[in-house]
Amino acid sequence: MDTQATPEPTKLRASRANLPGSASTFGAALPFLALLAIGVAFPLFGGGYWGVIATRACVYWVLVSGLNLVVGFAGQIAIGWVALLTLGAYTTSVLAAGNVMPALPPYLALAIAAPVGAVFGLIVGLPALRLRTFYFAITTLGFATIVTQVALAWQSVTGGGVGVPGPVFPEPFASQWGFYYLCLGLAAVCTWMTANIAASRFGRALTAIRDAEVAAEASGIAKPVLLGTVFLFSGAVAAVAGGLFAALQSYITPDAFTLDLSVLFFIAILIGGRSSVLGPLLGTILLTVLPEFAAPLVAWSTFLYAVLLLVIVLAIPGGIAELLDFRNRRPLESDRAIVPQPLLVARLLDAAPAAGSLTLDQVGLSFGGVRAIDGLDLEIRAGQVHGLIGPNGSGKTTTLNVISGYYAPQRGAVRLNGAALPALARHLRARMRIARTFQTPRIVGSASVLQNVMIGGTIHGHGTFAESLLSLPRHWRDEAMLRDTAMLALATVGLERLAPVRADRLQHAELRFIEIARALMLRPAFLLLDEPAAGLSVEEITRLSTLLLAIARAGTGVLLVEHHPDLIFDVCHHVTVLNLGKMLAAGRPAEIRSHREVVNAYLGG
Amino acid sequence: MVESIVLSGTAMGCIYALVAVTYNVMFSASRVFSFTAGALGMLGGVLGALFIARMGLPVALGLVLVLVGGALLGIVTEIVAVRPVLKSLDQHLYVLSTLALALMIQQFTAIQWSTEPQPFPRLLDITRSEFDQQFWLPMLACAAVIGGLELLYRHTLIGHAFLAIAEDNYAARALGLPERGLRMTSYALAGVIGTLAGFAGGEMLLAFFANAPMLTFYGFVPVALGGMGNNRGAVVAGLLLGLFQQTANFLVGGIFASVAVFTVFIIVLLARPEGLVGAALQRRV
Repeated sequence: MDTQATPEPTKLRASRANLPGSASTFGAALPFLALLAIGVAFPLFGGGYWGVIATRACVYWVLVSGLNLVVGFAGQIAIGWVALLTLGAYTTSVLAAGNVMPALPPYLALAIAAPVGAVFGLIVGLPALRLRTFYFAITTLGFATIVTQVALAWQSVTGGGVGVPGPVFPEPFASQWGFYYLCLGLAAVCTWMTANIAASRFGRALTAIRDAEVAAEASGIAKPVLLGTVFLFSGAVAAVAGGLFAALQSYITPDAFTLDLSVLFFIAILIGGRSSVLGPLLGTILLTVLPEFAAPLVAWSTFLYAVLLLVIVLAIPGGIAELLDFRNRRPLESDRAIVPQPLLVARLLDAAPAAGSLTLDQVGLSFGGVRAIDGLDLEIRAGQVHGLIGPNGSGKTTTLNVISGYYAPQRGAVRLNGAALPALARHLRARMRIARTFQTPRIVGSASVLQNVMIGGTIHGHGTFAESLLSLPRHWRDEAMLRDTAMLALATVGLERLAPVRADRLQHAELRFIEIARALMLRPAFLLLDEPAAGLSVEEITRLSTLLLAIARAGTGVLLVEHHPDLIFDVCHHVTVLNLGKMLAAGRPAEIRSHREVVNAYLGG
Repeated sequence: MVESIVLSGTAMGCIYALVAVTYNVMFSASRVFSFTAGALGMLGGVLGALFIARMGLPVALGLVLVLVGGALLGIVTEIVAVRPVLKSLDQHLYVLSTLALALMIQQFTAIQWSTEPQPFPRLLDITRSEFDQQFWLPMLACAAVIGGLELLYRHTLIGHAFLAIAEDNYAARALGLPERGLRMTSYALAGVIGTLAGFAGGEMLLAFFANAPMLTFYGFVPVALGGMGNNRGAVVAGLLLGLFQQTANFLVGGIFASVAVFTVFIIVLLARPEGLVGAALQRRV
């Protein structure tokens, strides 16, 4: 078996053909184009009342498409998004009606609603950075109640309970079908934009924040900036949807914006499925149309949505998108081996110049009365593997967490080439080319293996969020670069054949190698590995050690926290032994192996 | 004027505190916040009006039936919306499942009862006075519940078992405690406390389906500010909330009072996400 040979670049490229977001772009777009065709042809079949329903579905989708990035991708439980619909509806209507200043043209009013909605989207969303799930859900709920109350109270502007007339858009969008095509067009644009984001590094970063937040931080993803941007976008499209909603209703009062609407938006996304654009689109259409088929059910519609939500959560948490995901139902080969190709490491890390050293200087940290680390000195040199061993609870993972910024050392300092690392700034570690893996693999289960590895390279992209939104050239260059690097990283760890597979279908050992591939995406100067051999077979451990040695040879300094003595003594250039947070011994592997106290405390005779 | 602000503020504060305790009792048993807390409070008022005013049952019997209904709903919540998602607590599916159940209860009430606020009967046949029963009943209920819970937790075996489950679920199970049974009992207890809150505050809140989201929000404020699972913190924060709200109500009018409460809530939470008396963050890596 020729496992050590470097595969031809063409071979790597060829295997991209069946990956999501590349050559199959057209295939992925097909359902959307079909829906658009139906939408364009709709006036031929339906008329009158059905036209209103179809317009409403388009308006709702404009809002839901943006909310989908918040709920479906970033996993933030924003249940009060109707507040932004209300805001957009009133902003557009009031400006167009001229209640506070001279009346503006309806299109200008609608255009102004977008930035207003963006700002409020940010305000409603920002607590998500500090508050956990239920807390955030409650704050959005509170916001939704308050916006309606303000609309009711601020009579001079909003007309209070009496309401205001909605904007009337002039020709060519004045007629029923004209207005329908306006809404359909905006819905199509929103679909296109959010699908672009979904397939970009930003979309992947959002799912990483949702499912593997610590891995997102370790990959250098700045949660506040990314979530802030998404809230701005989502708020803006929600407000535009509000303006359209007001025009569709032709007259708005606070009663029109009940929490039921919020529930509809939220549930449409969950029924559709997370990390999907098509699913929530189908969900929105379904929920808008469903009550119309059974007139007696209209009063019960919110009750039915709630039942549907409960069923989805309990029975199919993946939603429609998972039901439609046929490719991932095919069984995987059962006897697949992980065959890393260490020779590829040099090519993957070639841009990485050998960098100096990462040192811990008298670092100390206590939790309550327990001294987790007590005056630890450690030096990880470029191009060497440094083993950190010791019994359970001796402070190994804590040491790793201090380096990667999860804990601030109470004494001493962590230095990179002599400069102290900023404490607690976790996502900055990636920019300093310090990468890490985790004791329990932190993977986005619903994303493909390739996408998981691409997450590791997020900070190497150059395009902005707006460029990805509009699918501009830099977005494509970033994507191509990330995909090629990720395929190379996967080939390096020996998993390129699993690239298109959903990550949660893999075995434990494979997840460990995916984490290493993801960390290599940073072209790390220092790589921190937290028990990479746990759960691996003897054969896999041997392959892992060859891979680690190749990584060190390429100039990367490796810190290896491990329990397997074989692995430690095979690959380490230097070993530090911890016991109860203190250094028990340090030296070359041969010295450690015969160190009497180490043998007594840890290795055993 | 000050008197009436203090009276109504304290009474509302007691209702909020009771809903907060409802949240806490469920949280202690399962590490889950349930959206049904507000729905239980709302049902206390609606069921009370149904049994006593509409069906003409005696007050005492009505109260017992309301509390039994609350206990049953608590158990249903545990079985339908909590137990199935406990295995994957880290995915926060409980937020969605309890939200779904709360919405079902709320919509069912709106359709079957009324979408308009309905009057709640006077429970005791005494004439109105300055210090009326609509004010002192919630206070009495709150005092009784807090006193009762203290007695339960400190002096009974089952109370100790509740505390053990709340402190360390795995250890408690390893000791052989019937975790599932205790959890269901806790949810039944939460159901009783939640409906009692709505029943005692019925005259102030009326029998109105939209009280559910209102109580869900205002009842959670003391939980967040007082610290999760901390009943004494919840009572103090609940009373402060009630007084603050009624004062703002009087000074700037009802609608801007809720804006004020919301703003203060957000600011305090952003400054101290763990609450005013909260505990430290957990290890994440």
